[in-house]
Order: sequence, then C-alpha cells, then structure tokens
Amino acid sequence: MTLLTFDKVALRRGGRLLFEDLDLALGAGEALQVAGPNGSGKSSLIRLAAGLLREERGRVERPALALADDAIALDRELSLKRALSFWSKAPASALDALGISHLAKVPVRLLSSGQLKRATLARVAASRAPLWLLDEPLNALDADGARRLAKLIDEHRSGGGAILAASHQPLPGDWRVLELQQ
Amino acid sequence: MIAALVARDVRRGATGAAWLPIAFFLLVVALMPFAVGPDARLLSRIGTGLLWIATLTSALLPVERLIEPDRADGVLDQLALQGLADETIALAKIAAHWLTFGPLLLIAAIPASALLALDGASLLKAEIALAIGTPGLAALAVAIAAVTAGLPRAGSLAGLLLLPLAVPLLIFGAANALLLEAAVSLLLTAGAPFVAGAAIRASRT
Repeated sequence: MTLLTFDKVALRRGGRLLFEDLDLALGAGEALQVAGPNGSGKSSLIRLAAGLLREERGRVERPALALADDAIALDRELSLKRALSFWSKAPASALDALGISHLAKVPVRLLSSGQLKRATLARVAASRAPLWLLDEPLNALDADGARRLAKLIDEHRSGGGAILAASHQPLPGDWRVLELQQ
Repeated sequence: MIAALVARDVRRGATGAAWLPIAFFLLVVALMPFAVGPDARLLSRIGTGLLWIATLTSALLPVERLIEPDRADGVLDQLALQGLADETIALAKIAAHWLTFGPLLLIAAIPASALLALDGASLLKAEIALAIGTPGLAALAVAIAAVTAGLPRAGSLAGLLLLPLAVPLLIFGAANALLLEAAVSLLLTAGAPFVAGAAIRASRT
C-alpha cells in the first residue's frame, strides 16, 4: 500500500526551482531520508509533502500525517502535558516513550531545546497518523533521545507506518536515501 | 477541534492579554475630560463619538498577538495538518477575539459613560451600537493581523490599515444608525475569514 506519492512534482520557492520531475512513492513500513547540502530544499520537500506548500507542477497524494519540525507549536505558559493534550487526547504514553514524562507538569517555556525537540516528536508519536514527516529530527537530541527516536521509528514502521525525514546527518536504522542537489 | 481552538484562544486572552485593550480604552476615555474640559454638557454631546474613538484605538492593541505568535510557533501549520481550512482557523480566531474583547468593552463602557457625563438613555444606545459593531471590529482586527503577520513593523502598519477600514463602523455607530452599522459589521464579519484565511495561506513559506 502506498502512503505518499509524488508524481513528477516541481517546487519553486522565491523564484528558484528547487526540484522538478520528482517521483517518489513511500509505502507502508518504508522510511525515506531526504539528504543534501544546506539550502537544497529538504525542509521545503517536507513542507510540500505536508501540504503546507503548493507544488508548481505535478501531483502529490498524501494520507493523514503528522509533522515535527523546528516550530514547537505548544503554548508556552501551559504545562507540557496540557500543551500536548491540545493536539492529542492521550499524550502520556508518547511522553513516556520520549523519556520526558517527568517533565509533564513543567511549563513549556522552561524546557530546553532538546526537551522541546522531544516534545514535538512526542506529538507525532501520539498522533496515530500513518505518515510521519520529520524535519531534522536529530537536531538538539542527545544520544538517549536519538535512541528513543530510533525505537519509535522502528515501532511505527513495523506497525505499517511510513516515515519521510529530512536530515543532513545519517539517521539510525535502515533508510532509503534521496539526495537533493544544490 | 474548532471549539478547542476557540476555548484555547479565549483562555490565553482572558488570562492576561485581553485586559490591556480594556485598560487602554478606559484610559483614552479618561483623557477626554482633560482634553476638552470638564463641561458636562459638552462632554455628553460628544460623548458617544468619544466612546467610539476609544473603542477603535483600543481595538488596535491586540492586533499583534492575534495571528503572528501562532504563525511563528507553527501552530497554524499544525492546525492545517489537522485538516482545518485556514478560513475555519480564522473564523475561530475571530470568535475567540470577540469573546475576549466585545463583552469586556461593553462592561467598560459603563464607567466610561460616567466619565463622559452620558445619561442612561445615551449609554443604552451606545451599548447597543457597540454590541452590533464590535464583532465587525474584531473580525477586521483578525484579518489585519493575518495580513500583517510576519512583516517588520507589523504593529504600526496594522494601525494604518485598520483605522481607515473601521471608519464606516465609526460613522454609523456614533450616529446610532443601527441597521447600517449592522450591515457593515456583518459584511466585515463575513468577509474577514476569507481575507485572513488567504493571508495565512500566503504567509506559509
């Protein structure tokens, strides 16, 4: 079963053509890493896959999905658990999986960038969406965070989910790699 | 999700930011007797107009917090991923903004009317006109907030955009032409979600 399909997609941003005639298909259980130098359009491809940017040509088909990028999208004045529960009914197990359940009552504004990264990944993990889009998921994560993320990714894939991640560094586990050119 | 979004925005407003425009409204009204003199007859003659000027200026204050923080933090993106149309998001934000602006302003108009030597009948008329006009004003504020979100000096720009567009509300409200006020308010409330929705979409990069 194919979850995400790009059919001859072109994306233009700020007058610059980032890529064209891009085909990709991501099926259940698959994971694809978008790699490439800074500015090659990795994040734009993720946002295009999310439907937050419009393709210039071609066609994108996407299922329900969850996105974790650099934006935290959590109310800073609330406790982490309350802030996350705006997006998901049951964030507790996801907090646990990312190793931040002890921070459940701490206001979001007091969290470090690594803890916030874990929180955005927890939102994705709690979403139950079949497709996960991760933009630089390893940024700000420590070794323990990266291990926990790898475990979540494995569980999601074995549960029939798919993952598209943009990263300039190697991701833990077994990924297909799509290299974007400058 | 829509109800949750309205509830969240109301909570965020009511726990802090929503009180500032109201305090500002009362402050502007309190300045009037100093500016034009404490002559009660003069004040009561121009009082309704002064109430409306104070309303319009206080409507400017919240503009910068209505859309931009949620845009910058990715909340608007995550809401879109939940399947909400940008117009729906804008409509929820308009509803939440009015709820934390309109009722408080109507209450603040009572002490304000005392400062302007308005009698009970004039106050009642002004309250009805404000109740009709403030939804349009709230919708306009959200639309302007969406259009200026992410721009440098958005606050000043918002003032330049909002005040001229609010002139019809001011004219018909101060003249107590309730049907025309309702027509303008309805037009703004109905149109603003589309303007704000399109602006939110265009602001995504």
